[in-house]
Amino acid sequence: MKPTLDDLARLVYLEARLIDDRRFDEWYALYADDAYYWVPLVPGQADGENHTSLMYEDKLLLRLRIERFGNPRSYSLHPQVRCLHVLQQPELESADVETGRWTMRTNELYVETQGGRKQVYAAVVRHTLSVIDGALRIRLKRVDLLDCDAPLPSIQLFP
Amino acid sequence: MDTTTAAPPVRGRYRDDPRALRALVRDDAVHRDVYLDREVFELEMERLWSRTWIYVGHDSQVPNPGDYATTDLAGRPVMMVRGEDGTVRVLMNRCAHKGAKLVSEPSGNVGRFFRCPYHAWAYDLDGGVRAIPLKGGYEGTGFAQSAASGGLSVVRHTVNYRGFVFSRLSEAGPDFESYFGASLTSIDNLVDRSPEGRLEVAGGVLRYDHDCNWKMFVENLNDTMHPMVAHESSAGTAKKLWAGKPADAPRPMAIEQFVPFASSYEFFDGMGVRVFDHGHGYTGVHGSIHSKYSQVPEYESAMVAAYGTERAHAILGEVRHNTVYYPSLTIKGAIQAIRVARPIAPDRTIVESWTFRLAGAPDALLRRTMMYSRLINSPMSVVGHDDLHCYRAIQEGLAASGNPWISLHRDFDPAELAGGDRTVKGTSEVSMRNQFRAWARHMAPDATEGAGA
Repeated sequence: MKPTLDDLARLVYLEARLIDDRRFDEWYALYADDAYYWVPLVPGQADGENHTSLMYEDKLLLRLRIERFGNPRSYSLHPQVRCLHVLQQPELESADVETGRWTMRTNELYVETQGGRKQVYAAVVRHTLSVIDGALRIRLKRVDLLDCDAPLPSIQLFP
Repeated sequence: MDTTTAAPPVRGRYRDDPRALRALVRDDAVHRDVYLDREVFELEMERLWSRTWIYVGHDSQVPNPGDYATTDLAGRPVMMVRGEDGTVRVLMNRCAHKGAKLVSEPSGNVGRFFRCPYHAWAYDLDGGVRAIPLKGGYEGTGFAQSAASGGLSVVRHTVNYRGFVFSRLSEAGPDFESYFGASLTSIDNLVDRSPEGRLEVAGGVLRYDHDCNWKMFVENLNDTMHPMVAHESSAGTAKKLWAGKPADAPRPMAIEQFVPFASSYEFFDGMGVRVFDHGHGYTGVHGSIHSKYSQVPEYESAMVAAYGTERAHAILGEVRHNTVYYPSLTIKGAIQAIRVARPIAPDRTIVESWTFRLAGAPDALLRRTMMYSRLINSPMSVVGHDDLHCYRAIQEGLAASGNPWISLHRDFDPAELAGGDRTVKGTSEVSMRNQFRAWARHMAPDATEGAGA
């Protein structure tokens, strides 16, 4: 199966929507087993292994975050933390037909709020997608915050 | 970034009353004003943070002549600079003419001299005036006798201890060796963990904006009664996620790093805590949450080759948890990482997390410390979230009326008032009491010990 541009874009929108709606189990299922969620620490960072990142997590660590959302003793999550992704039209940035990887680039505004405090971030998001067992899955989500190298307060959900 | 320097000093009840200031610190409790009061914060910057030795940076941030790295010390903009002679100096980042900051980047290289972006005054790397356009205009004026002709202000009291650069801003104050004393063994252990005895800053710096007083962060580094409570939701969840796995399954590094935070009170008690004069101290005298990390065989053999078996094992067997170099620096030798407190306001602190490459050691160790930093110290770390939540809860909760005191009674022993090198059980609050005794001595040096308590 070769995904259409619409298929690719639809997954990008769905991924953001599931976070905003706190449907974390469905969200988790969009990620391939070897997927990473990556928020680099510096502009243009080459990789997540040889430089520290704000976040660079595999599915085990993402699962830990989801489990933690349901733990009443996750003190920092009270009062409730909410977020909203405002996305621009995703564009196809690259397509590697040989390895079956498509990378979508999406500009976003990310808003996170808790207890009357609001944070707003601008970011470029890249989703690297593959078809696995007949379904489109996320291999890598990379979020380059415009101010990734600034001192930042707690960011508790998924920009 | 907001700083406290622009506004005129607050003149309230503490500046001219050392007895009132001293009375904020009792033997076993402190008054909330140490965390909340704006005047106390300003006095901290003028006294504690100016008269003691503050961490500036690591000399590997400026490997070549002309390299600089900037930071703020007690609200003053400074730059750490490598000179033509290879010496690392700390200079005020302030043009001698009209006061403009000379460099704006966090780090970089200026070549052979600094050049002011406003009127092109130029300075050698040691701060001396190199050139001023149309210098004839100063002939016959008082310029030669003015401070401007002296060039950049040099922070004269600067010491490079095995790569760690500290400055004392004031002329008067304790000398470096007597200020840090035997606590320097923690830096020694960190540097000795390199088979070549050399560290390099690597992997970037995380800067986490804390809306709390700097002391809440520093105290927490030796607080062994909070991990099993505040971090239950992260470390406890990691423990549960891994619980179903077979005993011989290789443990992912993340599980290895998270799970020990959920250790028992007995475990943290057994770690022990050791304090020194001037507010320094460390937890993990007899082992720590880092003791059970899996071994890296190539690293061990490189260490044995460099130091011999006995010495290599002695270095690696010392797994101190957090050492506090009061008031600014905290280090974690066992995973070659440091955290630096940069106070901004009574209720705002930037916490920097730096990681090191151990020269001559495999890259696996650098990857391990970077993972630890992401999991524990990043603005996106769940462990960091729960810590900061508690600090902020204190910052807000202390506004309550009825009880202005913070209890530090746990395992108080009047014998500790004599000071000196002291090791006790790990869950004692001796470390915080020790920090506040040092705080009081620097904040109110003229007050009699215990006055008003």
